[in-house]
Amino acid sequence: MNMRAPLARVRGHGSAKAGAHHWWAQRLSAIALVPLFLWFVASLVFVATADYATAKEWVSSPYNSALLILLIGALFYHAQLGMQVVFEDYVSTPWLQVASIILVKFLALLLAVVAIVAVLSIALGG
Amino acid sequence: MGNTDRPLSPHLQVYKPQLTAVLSIFHRASGVFLVIGSLLLVCWLAALAQGPESYTNVQGLLGSGIGRTLLLAWVFALFYHLCNGMRHLFWDMGLGFDIETVYASGKFVVVVAVALTLITFALAYLMRGGAL
Repeated sequence: MNMRAPLARVRGHGSAKAGAHHWWAQRLSAIALVPLFLWFVASLVFVATADYATAKEWVSSPYNSALLILLIGALFYHAQLGMQVVFEDYVSTPWLQVASIILVKFLALLLAVVAIVAVLSIALGG
Repeated sequence: MGNTDRPLSPHLQVYKPQLTAVLSIFHRASGVFLVIGSLLLVCWLAALAQGPESYTNVQGLLGSGIGRTLLLAWVFALFYHLCNGMRHLFWDMGLGFDIETVYASGKFVVVVAVALTLITFALAYLMRGGAL
């Protein structure tokens, strides 16, 4: 029988002061994505139906390529945080849950890098 | 141990769907749907980086009937997730928690998301010179 008081048992095993990190990171990336997506959709209206040369010129402008890279970074960071919660909530098999989370994090990084390299090669490649 | 006769909480389907719960699950669903849409952004940029031929192919897919329907769905999902996400940010600040405000902000979010989607598509078609 454990005679220790509840306080004594939790002392030293308490919060690592990192419990709110996921929550905070999700909100921070959400806040960043609000202006970025408003800009992106407004631009899409002009670019979505553009021909190759116009689209290339749009991405090549330093202003647009910088914002696009920020958008891609914030988007995939936010996406993998959100997907992590979805897997945590709906995948109950522990190994499958961990595997899904690892996979979605790696995929998010891969897609972000591919998209950023594409933007850079359009912007710098000429 | 192992007592399987314990009462269970009522299953989800016995509840009448309420705006609050429907908007909540739709926030999550639209987020997952937008993750799929992000693949399109990567494809579009990669095609543009690859050259005129790949770009024309992707534009052809996007301009098709299915492409346009998906784009409409993605733009709506984006505006909904964006507006409802801001609703969540207000809640995070402790604002708008009383039941009347929760319903009012929920309805407001849906109306704004629909309006922004329609405005976006109307403008996009106008930019093309009205040709569908």
